[in-house]
Amino acid sequence: MSDKPKVAFYWCASCGGCEEAVVDLAEDVLKVVEAVDIVMWPVAMDFKKSDIEARPDKSIVAAFINGAIRTSEQEEMVRLLRRKSQVVVSFGACANSGGIPALANQFQREQILKYVYEDCPSVSNDGKTRPQTQHTEAGHALSLPEFRNVVRSLDQVIDVEYYLPGCPPTPKIIMAAVQALLSGKLPPKGTVLSPDIALCEECARKDSKPADLALKEFKRPHQVLIDPEKCLLAQGLVCMGPATRSGCEALCPQGNMPCTGCFGPSSRVKDQGAKFVSSVFSNIEPKEEKDIDAVLDGIPDPIGTFYRYGLSKCLLRRKLN
Amino acid sequence: MSKHQEHTVVPSGKGESQPSRHGGPLPAAGFEPKIVAFFCNWCTYTAADLAGVSRLKYAPNVRVIRVMCSGRVDPQFVLDAFARGADGVLLGGCHPGDCHYAEGNYKTLRRMRMLMRMLKAMGIEDGRFRLEWISGAEGEKVKTTVNDMVAKVRALGALDLPGKFREWDKEIEELEAHVNGVQKGEVAHVG
Repeated sequence: MSDKPKVAFYWCASCGGCEEAVVDLAEDVLKVVEAVDIVMWPVAMDFKKSDIEARPDKSIVAAFINGAIRTSEQEEMVRLLRRKSQVVVSFGACANSGGIPALANQFQREQILKYVYEDCPSVSNDGKTRPQTQHTEAGHALSLPEFRNVVRSLDQVIDVEYYLPGCPPTPKIIMAAVQALLSGKLPPKGTVLSPDIALCEECARKDSKPADLALKEFKRPHQVLIDPEKCLLAQGLVCMGPATRSGCEALCPQGNMPCTGCFGPSSRVKDQGAKFVSSVFSNIEPKEEKDIDAVLDGIPDPIGTFYRYGLSKCLLRRKLN
Repeated sequence: MSKHQEHTVVPSGKGESQPSRHGGPLPAAGFEPKIVAFFCNWCTYTAADLAGVSRLKYAPNVRVIRVMCSGRVDPQFVLDAFARGADGVLLGGCHPGDCHYAEGNYKTLRRMRMLMRMLKAMGIEDGRFRLEWISGAEGEKVKTTVNDMVAKVRALGALDLPGKFREWDKEIEELEAHVNGVQKGEVAHVG
């Protein structure tokens, strides 16, 4: 194999969209492939765990790991890649903060397993059989990974150098990150590779955001005809822009849909959901408890709305019981 | 920060009960709730001062943090207090219409109504977070509010999120040793 820098891609609890994002680099992906040797990429290439195990420690320049961490197999693989890599890039919302899979932190492990293997209407499982981590069939020992009680972000399991935000990260920020890595111009450890300012800054609708939103009600996108020019918050839609990092060039607002917060918070924010509540809910109109509550009823699922991509990084981490 | 966290970790049930120096209700043996209280400078903090100079006695379980306005209290502060070991969080501000900054307490009320829904959805019991309007003249209300909250949180028991976080993370510790142990052997015979 050539002496080009070695790069690995890996996926954990994710949908595959982050892999798509790499392919979405289009012809730029050729520049990447020209500059590096890919030593692992389960979605596209046939390398085995043993190939990685056989490499010397720190011999991979960068490992791009997407997906949240839910199973013992994922923990094992990311720890292995951590040992073998100089730099680990947490790739996408799930790796950064749990993403959609972390919404399962609203349920206990037992609740999830019971629903999936027993109660779900489409399940036919009279024996209530559940997958076991160890099983012997005709003298062959079989094993499955352990399913954990908590969905974790990548940095809650291993040390991470950089973060690429987004669901998925956009080709522009991926390319900028790859170029920074290849040129050796590395930012300080822990940097999120996207501008550290709220999304509203790069939103074309910014000028139509009033100083006081004075919201009388919240509406969901399917309930209204959305004005394509006006600030979405001013239209009563939950747009996570004020509590979300910029860098995506306001793709969703451009497409006439509110921001759902996939880039995560900026560096000054400790908890994206709580910060959003702090910023937007102070600006609803009513002053009486019952009228305030009537406005809040417009958001039937606050956790799923404010922590859609980041429940692992909520200060409370998961639902208690 | 680590020093601070150490300080805020809730003692497990083996703490000894001591007679209260302040002469408030004597704590039951064992669990002593830790309550973080954010009091606004103009009303509730003044009321706490008044309770002091009036020699009113109340439970010593609150750690009061003076803020200029209840509107300064970001919901993040409340979550952070719980995450660092508070068993309860009390927020005190001026009565509606009395805010020194005209609207601050209305902003607080709106945010905290939503925060209460979120806490409930995350499994934090009702009595652990409380918002009260207490004017500078209501020293007595500081006393009754604190005593009532301490009694309710004591009945709920310790929240101990730092302990829960450690407990939750035990499930990933075992594998750490396993992976690194196996790897050391294998790396050795790679040319």
